[in-house]
Amino acid sequence: MILKPQTEDFKIIGYYLGRIILGLALTMVVPIIIGMAFKEINPTMDFLISIALTYIVGLILTTLCFTRKDLNWMQGMIVVSLSWLVATLLGAIPLFLSGHWKSYLDACFDAMSGFATTGLALVQDLDHLSYAHNIWRHLIMFIGGQGIVIVALSLFVKGFAGAFKMYVGEARDEKVLPNVISTSRFIWLVSIVYLILGTFALGVTGILNGMKPVNSFFHGACVFMAAFDTGGFTPQSQSILYYHSLTYEVITIIIMILGAINFKLHYHLWTGNFKEIFRNIETKSLFITVTITFFITAVGLYQLSTYPQALVLFRKGFYQLVSGHTGTGFMTVYARQFINEWGDLALVGIICAMALGGATCSTTGAIKMLRVGIIYKALQQDLKKIMLPDKAIVIKKLHHIKEVFLEDKQVRSALTITLAYLVLYGAGAIVGMLFGYPFLNSLFESTSAAANVGLSCGITNIGMPAALKLTYIIQMWAGRLEFMSVFVLAGIFVAAIRGK
Amino acid sequence: MISLKLKAKNEKLRHKAQNLKLCVLSFSFALCALHFTLCNAFADTISSSELINNAKQYDGKNVTYEGEVIGDIMARGQYCWLNINDGQGAIGIWIEKDLVKDILYTGGYKSKGDVVAVNGIFHRACLQHGGDLDIHAVSIRKIVPGDDIEESLDSGKKNYVITLLAVLFFIWILSLLKRR
Repeated sequence: MILKPQTEDFKIIGYYLGRIILGLALTMVVPIIIGMAFKEINPTMDFLISIALTYIVGLILTTLCFTRKDLNWMQGMIVVSLSWLVATLLGAIPLFLSGHWKSYLDACFDAMSGFATTGLALVQDLDHLSYAHNIWRHLIMFIGGQGIVIVALSLFVKGFAGAFKMYVGEARDEKVLPNVISTSRFIWLVSIVYLILGTFALGVTGILNGMKPVNSFFHGACVFMAAFDTGGFTPQSQSILYYHSLTYEVITIIIMILGAINFKLHYHLWTGNFKEIFRNIETKSLFITVTITFFITAVGLYQLSTYPQALVLFRKGFYQLVSGHTGTGFMTVYARQFINEWGDLALVGIICAMALGGATCSTTGAIKMLRVGIIYKALQQDLKKIMLPDKAIVIKKLHHIKEVFLEDKQVRSALTITLAYLVLYGAGAIVGMLFGYPFLNSLFESTSAAANVGLSCGITNIGMPAALKLTYIIQMWAGRLEFMSVFVLAGIFVAAIRGK
Repeated sequence: MISLKLKAKNEKLRHKAQNLKLCVLSFSFALCALHFTLCNAFADTISSSELINNAKQYDGKNVTYEGEVIGDIMARGQYCWLNINDGQGAIGIWIEKDLVKDILYTGGYKSKGDVVAVNGIFHRACLQHGGDLDIHAVSIRKIVPGDDIEESLDSGKKNYVITLLAVLFFIWILSLLKRR
């Protein structure tokens, strides 16, 4: 029997959604400060309009739905899925007001792409965009990478039981520390320490590369946020090609990998447990899958003689591969080069890398390394069961922070999510093909959107059909939240109609 | 004897005149060729999308590319990197530092960059620069000078801000009253 949601449910959902919106409004102070610092009058106005509107929405919800009740699982999940949609709608307002986006739908596309740390963009004339709007594009990646709810949770002074439900709803089922609030704050601590170090490294590199100091550190901060949160936006239209610098590429590779590893692993590294990195199933899986997918890509590039030297092939191939595997989407080639020069095999290598993703409890999207490791171990276990006598008991263990026995429950969960991702990649590809794009191009772009990567083979542009833009928005949203909270949101609509 | 001498002198004069004629002709031809080369060096510009979409076809060829200088001019020793956007995309230009002295404006939010025409060799995957798609420029010519963009306050946006702040204040007061 399906239970019809009660008014009280909507009230609780509305109240916590309002709190999250108020948290989002606070983050708009950053671009306002940047706009004022660079004396950008109209961009500052855009953000004043947006912050006022966001505050009004948040205030109305928290006032009308005021409650002291805690969230249950269903409500927590719905708050999360709705908060990402509402954040997209509100976060797109300053983008649209700038005049650099052709329509509000395009602005929403980029806002969702930013929050979901995808990096696909429909912005026009990016090279003339204001500092305020540029910092906002990258800040929403930083917020989305940590998790919109994590931002809000960090702002709550006191913890509450429902916090964990929202935390899980945002595809973070692992706590670094026993308490969700302290976990959120640890995630912020890690991110801010790396932000300072990364911005400094990229800023100094920028100066050495001949950039003006202010631009250099501004770009450093933006590129760091996009790299660590595996987002992929850049302040200039040429992505990382703009910098023409090997050092810049090396630093961004390091940051992308740091962003792709589990925050729990960061915690162990910070506390001096360096052995964990070599024992953890996620880092092992990441190493193996990077090696395999790079091999496929390199063979593809070699077959077509795309690059005349092995070193050049490595530099171009490996950068795009790491960018795709970590879900970042930085590019050192032009989008059309993928289709015109890379060939099918190299593209398949990149698509596989994008589809796999980084670690759980990191800022990446896609299937993720823990699930890949679990599925591999389960396969090993099943093969052993077949080969050994019937009475033999086969036990498999895996090391993820601690030694754990492989259970059917884990395997089922890993396979369900993996299947859901594969369906999502395929569905997006079918929609692309319905609009007349070739199969491989459609699959590439669909996987990039659903796995929150941001590499593009050229389909994503302002001229693409609105329905395809909507498809990619939904893919980015569902892919980032790992389905569960999206399914629950769909479930509540069914319950509202069919429930008793 | 005298007639022979005169004949030789005439021959010499005729030879000199012929040489002079040849020199004048060669000089005129050289001038024409120079003019033709200079005119063609910046003729038939190719767009960034044409270059990127047909990179193999243009690889190693002399091309002319035109667009606005954007972002930073990044000096690297005797050379520097320019990024030039033609409205369809941006391409990196590797050029001698001395040749970009005339570039005064680069495009950004507050400035419109100089529009230049660059002539040079196009590389699909430049070996010198790690496989980047770029142009090694031989010459550059400023076509349209850039300028600062004067920004004026959009009164419509200002009115929206005032109205929304007033509404926000009103709702905030109401919410305080309701909670009491």
